[in-house]
Amino acid sequence: MRVGLLVTCLVDLMRPRVGFAALELLERAGATVVVPPAQTCCGQPAYNSGDRADAASLARKLVDEFDDCDYVVAPSGSCSGMLRTHYADVLRDDPAYAERAKALAARTYELTQFLVDVLKMRADAVPGTFAGTIAYHDCCAGLREMGVKAQPRALLAGVDGLAVKEMAEPETCCGFGGTFSIKFGEISSRLADNKCQHIVTAGVDAVVMGDVGCMLNVEGRLRRRGDTVRVLHVAEVLAGDGKAR
Amino acid sequence: MQVASIHFKERAHEKLNDAQLQKNLVKFKGKFVEARRRALTELDDADATRDYARDLRQRGLDALDVWLEMFERNATARGATVLWAETPADINRLVLEIASRHGAHKVIKSKSMVSEESALDHALEGAGHTVVETDLGEYILQINDYEPPSHIIGPALHKSKEEVSELFARKHGTPRKDDIEALCLEARHVLREHYLTADIGISGGNFFVAETGSVVLVTNEGNATLATTLPKVHIAISGIEKVVPTLEDIATLMRLLPRSATGQSISNYVDVLTGVKGDGEFHGAEHMYFIVVDSGRTSVLASDVKEALRCIRCGACMNHCPVYQNVGGHSYGWVYPGPIGSILTPMYVGLENAPDLPQASTLCNQCGIVCPVRIPLPDLQRKLREKEFEGGMRPWHERAGLKLWSWFAQRPALYGWASRIGVRHLHRLGGARGMIRKLPLGFGAGWTDERDMPAPAGRTFRELYKEAAARNGALR
Repeated sequence: MRVGLLVTCLVDLMRPRVGFAALELLERAGATVVVPPAQTCCGQPAYNSGDRADAASLARKLVDEFDDCDYVVAPSGSCSGMLRTHYADVLRDDPAYAERAKALAARTYELTQFLVDVLKMRADAVPGTFAGTIAYHDCCAGLREMGVKAQPRALLAGVDGLAVKEMAEPETCCGFGGTFSIKFGEISSRLADNKCQHIVTAGVDAVVMGDVGCMLNVEGRLRRRGDTVRVLHVAEVLAGDGKAR
Repeated sequence: MQVASIHFKERAHEKLNDAQLQKNLVKFKGKFVEARRRALTELDDADATRDYARDLRQRGLDALDVWLEMFERNATARGATVLWAETPADINRLVLEIASRHGAHKVIKSKSMVSEESALDHALEGAGHTVVETDLGEYILQINDYEPPSHIIGPALHKSKEEVSELFARKHGTPRKDDIEALCLEARHVLREHYLTADIGISGGNFFVAETGSVVLVTNEGNATLATTLPKVHIAISGIEKVVPTLEDIATLMRLLPRSATGQSISNYVDVLTGVKGDGEFHGAEHMYFIVVDSGRTSVLASDVKEALRCIRCGACMNHCPVYQNVGGHSYGWVYPGPIGSILTPMYVGLENAPDLPQASTLCNQCGIVCPVRIPLPDLQRKLREKEFEGGMRPWHERAGLKLWSWFAQRPALYGWASRIGVRHLHRLGGARGMIRKLPLGFGAGWTDERDMPAPAGRTFRELYKEAAARNGALR
């Protein structure tokens, strides 16, 4: 089984350790992982900003790069959701790519979803350890485009020393929204602040989620508020480097 | 209603900093979300019902001309007059003509959002008529110098009980009451008089029924029943998209509408008004007019956001929208706020007059998930964003930033080189805390006004992976 790791641009640029954690988890669960070296961005910023032409160019590039993979897996609900639910639309007018985009979409998964639903990874096979309590935030695209909800929680239950506590409104958007966070900084910050309030009220040591974009938003607001709750990607907690700061 | 949607950002800023409004919004937020969730569990198969409702609404729209003509025929056969309004100005002209034909002075209204589109109350008052809004929310707004509505089913949801107490005491000259029931009784007392002395009753229309020529009104206060049956003349105003083929369809839609809106299994009142009062009949208006409004709807029907016309105005999208929940309905600057408003407003008043609305969404799709007729709201917002992008309607720095990013992302070698430099620079900016307190202007400055930007780790995954692979000799 050849699994192509879609690193995602935000992991590449901001949090490379999340990429390595994903790699380790996939290999541990028995997958042969390839990392197409020229991958960059899935085109979501362009697509969501109305720039179809650039979105299509980047989508074609990605379809080519992952053509020979049995699966495409991303440590991100947002990027995997882009492929799964939007690539068919992005490339609908390109006869050379329309069908390939659909086929790629059908074999694209978010990381924890792939580990649980396809590789049947069991909680007791999760290598990570973590001393403390965490709350899991359901990032929007993972939840509503990919159907990621039970999988990360099932795996987190296998992390030694970790206790999961649900916070209020775990499914409410943190306000990131890609370019929305810059175009409407004030509204975005308010939504982030509401999320931070729920995190702090839950009294956890860390908030864990599956998308680096949302992590940056939540962590940025937490720190500005002066809160020290840690913000971690689910992959790094599961792989066991959640302790490293 | 005056269109102020161009000022979305400024208005949102003002509302985010309005402490009283923020308190009221927090109260509103939890209520409807939980009530809807609970109400939908009463249905044996809520998802199948929603699929069915989506399909029946779409079928109605796909042959809209057929159903509208059938509606006109059947309504006319029962003694009503069907009039067509192409523009908001036509609505007002038609109502004024009817008023003068019947020598009317006082006009009472039950809630009609379509009449807000044309600012009908002002037109009537300008022509010397007395207008009284009888929906409690609309009445509150009317006596508060025609404050605009902030929600399509609860126009005054942004107001607290205390604000209403103060308003009633001031406007009615009565002692201040703090009890909601007492406030309702006071409004009822004031309004009763008007029902009995009004010449014309104007209502909206939740649905028009083609097979019977009826209008359906879904309300909780009973005011619509009084306003449409006590005066001699009844005018129902609604959009062309509100016509549905059969009464059977209404039964399906009514399983979803109150549940999605207020979380009620059924609203307190459902009026199905068909034809004028016949001989020996006790109830009903003697003259019945339907004003069926286009006002931008046919152009939506011909566009790639036509699914928005399936809307049955339950308000669930705004009740669940994190942006609406925080900025409130007034920020959107026109009749329809929230996610559905972010489609309808630009389509009805021009994208150039509401360019921020399709953008002012995180695309979280909470709205799409709860919509009873499954309007893919984020997809429609994205389609309007495409129109803005193609039309060069976004600010230059936004377009330039996006183009630059896409340009680099299509050139992996250059991207790798530039990103290596970029992340090192930003990493240094993050200092010991690893947090950037102020991003340079033009590079996401909007982010750091109220947030830090966590700094990058300092090296990219690509370079680290390449190194690791070279060490392991496993680079493919």
